[in-house]
Amino acid sequence: MAPVDKSKVPWWVSNLIVPLVNLTLALLVSGLFIFIAGENPYEAVRLIIYGSFGYIEGFAYTLYYTTNFVFTGLAFAVAFHCRLFNIGGEGQAYIGGLGVFLVAINFSFLPVPIVWLLSIAGAVVFGAAWAFIPAYLQATRGSHVVITTIMFNFIAASLMVFLLVDVIRDTAQMGPHTVALPKEQWFPSFKDFAGLFGVKIRYSPLNISFLLAILASVFVWFLVWKTRWGYEMRAVGHNTQAAIYAGISPYKNIIIAMCISGGLAGLLGVNEILGVHHKIVAGFPAGYGFTGIAVALMGRNHPIGIFPAAFLFGILYQGGSEVTFDMPNITRYMFVAVQGVIILFSGALENLFRPQIESFFVNRLNMKASA
Amino acid sequence: MEFLSDIASLINSTLRISTPLVFAAMAGIFAERSGVIDFSLEGKMLMAAFVAAVGSYFLGNPWLGLLLAIIACVSLSMLHGFASVTYKGDQVVSCVAINILIIGLTTALAAAWFGQAGLTPTLNEDQRFLEVNLPFAESLRDIPIVGTIYSDILSGHYIFVYLAYLSVPLVFWVVFKTSFGLRLRAVGENPSAVDTAGINVFAMRYKALAINGVLIAFAGAHLSTAVNANFFREMSAGRGYLALAAMIFGKWHPKTALFACLLFGFTDALQIRLQGVELPAIGEIPVQLIQAIPYVLTVVLLAGFVGKAIAPNAIGQPYIKER
Repeated sequence: MAPVDKSKVPWWVSNLIVPLVNLTLALLVSGLFIFIAGENPYEAVRLIIYGSFGYIEGFAYTLYYTTNFVFTGLAFAVAFHCRLFNIGGEGQAYIGGLGVFLVAINFSFLPVPIVWLLSIAGAVVFGAAWAFIPAYLQATRGSHVVITTIMFNFIAASLMVFLLVDVIRDTAQMGPHTVALPKEQWFPSFKDFAGLFGVKIRYSPLNISFLLAILASVFVWFLVWKTRWGYEMRAVGHNTQAAIYAGISPYKNIIIAMCISGGLAGLLGVNEILGVHHKIVAGFPAGYGFTGIAVALMGRNHPIGIFPAAFLFGILYQGGSEVTFDMPNITRYMFVAVQGVIILFSGALENLFRPQIESFFVNRLNMKASA
Repeated sequence: MEFLSDIASLINSTLRISTPLVFAAMAGIFAERSGVIDFSLEGKMLMAAFVAAVGSYFLGNPWLGLLLAIIACVSLSMLHGFASVTYKGDQVVSCVAINILIIGLTTALAAAWFGQAGLTPTLNEDQRFLEVNLPFAESLRDIPIVGTIYSDILSGHYIFVYLAYLSVPLVFWVVFKTSFGLRLRAVGENPSAVDTAGINVFAMRYKALAINGVLIAFAGAHLSTAVNANFFREMSAGRGYLALAAMIFGKWHPKTALFACLLFGFTDALQIRLQGVELPAIGEIPVQLIQAIPYVLTVVLLAGFVGKAIAPNAIGQPYIKER
């Protein structure tokens, strides 16, 4: 099929219709998996919708997961604009959580809002530092950032378990986790807010980190599209040779893009440590870093796309836990597989039906114009 | 004498541990020499481990399990080719998708079919591969040195160990001594020149990916039907990435890639040996840090401190035929 003239394709076809078609395909294949696992896909969909929207605690959980996915999705997207595959969000978030905890516990004599700000900075700095080494090696030695960031995920996991077992473990307890932070440092949760309005709910992990996620999205939008640096970074990503010719240093931009990416992934630690666990628990990033890849690809690497994509994955996670609760044959790994399918259809196979869909709409618009 | 037997057992485990890496690195050479990035070795290895274990459990024969694993891995390779060769999608994204899909799917299906832990049932002796004792291994054991080498190091491995090391000269011969190999390398270096010569670039890349799928299936079957007697969650544990790093470090060449794999295998054998051992001056190293050694080594080797690697010229770029 002859490719259509890109400039004639309306924005809503390439940015809305095509992703929705791809998503639908991915969900159909996922339904097939659920069927193979011996459960009813329709029933699973019903449970997902009930679990994520059906009651207030469930919806709060959906927004809590959304918060995490916004952070890791933005992290992947920023690096991707520089054509870097930061698969290391998982490790960067883990180390970011360490930053949050160390700052919060060591500066507990300061007023709480200042501790919060410093902890957020700690998350960003630690996450960025963990991304810096792969970035540096990519920029100077050409070692592929995919392999190094994956290795840094493994190394971060080993390092954190070592720290949690041998160095910063709460010795009064058995499990591999630290002591809890002082209660006044905990982020106000959705439960507290609901209490102010007289609404009584059970436990909720949703907390003010959600606002931080909105701020981070605005920040990324401004940084990537409205600053000179964002322009340079995108130029390196699009065409490194042309960028060098224009006097832009790929070396500098690769390192900055990866560090910002790592810093954003580190913010996941803020949500998990200050907002939910109030201590470092072994393995707290729980795959959110990898989900960020799917979120970013589905959201076409733009904050306006990433936010709804993160929300969709929030629905999938929270609704998914409802499914695993009610369907004995489905475990949470089924939803890891679903993520893989979504990455496949909205990332690698995004051109599967794009030419057909685009030329369909362009032809229809042409007919309208000539009629 | 104890020192000698220590060394012998270390070399023995190096050979065993390197086996999946060698298969995976050889598989990687085919894909990448043809110009297709293959980060999905990890996912395919995991898929092969799962399919081989399940297939062998139901069919009662490990060879049939291996056959199914080959079919599964070739299908995944074809999927990768479909996305990145035919539809010209991003090759790295396609690999990441396959890896995440397989991590989820294998564990989810194992849990659905065999219970929540995500383990497949333990295979009995008929359903798995057993160690192969080379002829006269018992009677030659007492001869000094030769006996140790033959009976304690070379004999008593699983069939895959021997196949892996046999595959290296075979891959070398195919890639560097046959006309197929010449075309394969040319497709990865300069596809448009190959196209001009009347060779179908797409078909070459699909063929390379098919061979890649066959080879990686052996790595997975080795994990779940030989060394272990079942499949468990994420049992490939990053070996696909290690093998890829070994292949890059080995400059996309079977011989040097083999040495890199053996180096990784040796480090891994050493880290297992070092766990819980008091070292002079340092004391006991915490087990979590020892386990991280192979991953740190990968980063160090990839950084090219031992020599810079140059990839096939056209790697990662979909071929677009001009009209």
